Amino acid sequence: MTDTLRSTPTETRGHRREPPGPSSRRWPLARHSLALAHRALRKTLRNPGELSDAVILPVVFLVLFVYLFGGAVAGSTQEYLQYLFPGILVLTTVLTGQIATGLSIVQDMHKGVFDRLRSLPVPRAAILLGSVLADAVRYLIALVVLFGVGYAMGFRVETDLASALAACALAVGLGFSLSWLTVLIAVVLRNEVMVTTVGFLLPFPLVFGTGMTAPVETMPSWLQSWAEVNPVGRAIEASQGLLTGGPVAGPATATLLWSGVFLAVFGTAAVTAFRRLV
Amino acid sequence: MTAAFEAEGLVKRFGSTTALDGVDLHAARGSVLGVLGPNGAGKTTAIRILTTLLRPDAGRVVVDGLDVTRRAVDVRRRIGLAGQSATVDEDLTGTENLVLFGRLLDLPTPEARRRAGDLLERFGLTEAAGRRASTYSGGMRRRLDLAASLVGTPRVLFLDEPTTGLDPGKRSELWQTIRSLADDGTTVLLTTQYLEEADALADAITVIDHGRVIAHDTPAGLKQQAGGQTVVVRPSDPGQAVAAAEVVGRVTGRPAERPHGGTVTAPVAGQREFADVVRGLEHAEVAVAEVALRLPSLDEVFFTLTGRPAGDAVTREAS
Repeated sequence: MTDTLRSTPTETRGHRREPPGPSSRRWPLARHSLALAHRALRKTLRNPGELSDAVILPVVFLVLFVYLFGGAVAGSTQEYLQYLFPGILVLTTVLTGQIATGLSIVQDMHKGVFDRLRSLPVPRAAILLGSVLADAVRYLIALVVLFGVGYAMGFRVETDLASALAACALAVGLGFSLSWLTVLIAVVLRNEVMVTTVGFLLPFPLVFGTGMTAPVETMPSWLQSWAEVNPVGRAIEASQGLLTGGPVAGPATATLLWSGVFLAVFGTAAVTAFRRLV
Repeated sequence: MTAAFEAEGLVKRFGSTTALDGVDLHAARGSVLGVLGPNGAGKTTAIRILTTLLRPDAGRVVVDGLDVTRRAVDVRRRIGLAGQSATVDEDLTGTENLVLFGRLLDLPTPEARRRAGDLLERFGLTEAAGRRASTYSGGMRRRLDLAASLVGTPRVLFLDEPTTGLDPGKRSELWQTIRSLADDGTTVLLTTQYLEEADALADAITVIDHGRVIAHDTPAGLKQQAGGQTVVVRPSDPGQAVAAAEVVGRVTGRPAERPHGGTVTAPVAGQREFADVVRGLEHAEVAVAEVALRLPSLDEVFFTLTGRPAGDAVTREAS
């Protein structure tokens, strides 16, 4: 079987060797997802402009809010930075998993790249999973830039390194599971404008309808009730707890549970919709 | 002779539109089937069904002995597909594109690399191997696309309008490549809008229109059905056009036309009559710049087969 290719020139009609069977290599989903993630990663690194939504936008919000509203909301920009930063961390990971992820899928569908991949013996889920996995590097770059700018502005982690890493992991987990909603929209609607619009607008009620920018108690009652049930609110509370101190166990558990639910619901729906295309 | 693929009674509807309305397609192993038809005839839909990308609403498809709906994954190991637009990844280099396909086809990475190198060399892309595909010319992209469809050494190769958008030189270059693939024993299905292309490559031609097969024949048979081969003579000296027209008229028994000044055209019955024209010209000492046998265009074939121009959608609702 290993010399299948070397035999190509001497092949004669009707005497071809059997192509490698399904059992010839193991873990097709993992291997193919990684191969496709590798491809998507190269594409991202060669088009650094695609990183802008994930990297630049959260930093702009951070700078804007801290210096514009910090004095008014918290009395000092420095205190406000400590309050705001954990929420911006969640905003960053949620944004990272949105627009670019959906766009790359829509573009691949329109250019026929997905059709090409679907004509290969590749698990359907691997084609989507590959796109989403490649976001890992986008999360990494976005987080490094965010922490770099935050530290330059004077933000300090008040807990320890392990807690800070846990905060990042929790936020990335949420961003990753929410990104399947964009994937679902991309697969079903196949429209770049829709994906951009939803991917840009969705984070606002989710991330801003929380205690990220100001204490929930100061908001009108309808917004308070939304902030109470909004899963991203729990993620921000967990992030605050892990970075600047406060309760962690409750909000972190809630965040993990919600992430699991998002992943299960949107992930399954996206893969099912993608299989249906056949 | 066993069939490399066989499709029977394919039906596919998209909403109220019927893209395929009972299409049969088949090709013997190692042969080339040309599927000829105008835009919107259903050629791409048929290819998508045969390559497991689309499920038919009715009908049965067997590729390399395997049912495409029930054994889709095994079918995918045996086929290669090059789409209408070259679907290589423009952000990746030539080598990276082919290695990716190799890995997705479960070749070990060193094997995938070697295969990529071999194919790039075969398609004259070695020098461009390290460049991103976005820098490739149209012809190079097509060749890379074709190379990508061959990574898995497919038994059946599906080419959807492989030469669309290529200039004539590149087109005949690609024809040569496709022919050499068929000579190696690969069965090829190619769709095209040009009878000339189907005639140059195919062992058999299926003509489809509005989702139905309207003819299936060998290229020679089809040309006979469609008639209308034309001899074109352009004398080196335009002054000899009259002499040339006389020769052509005498050999074919039909009056020759002179549509563009010095060029003489007339319908001919076939290869032999064409040869007679050439000999007649030599005998009459008419020096020629060009003598050619032209095939009828797709439009002419369609007009003969259906009595109306190709892609005429108006009659569809009526039928």
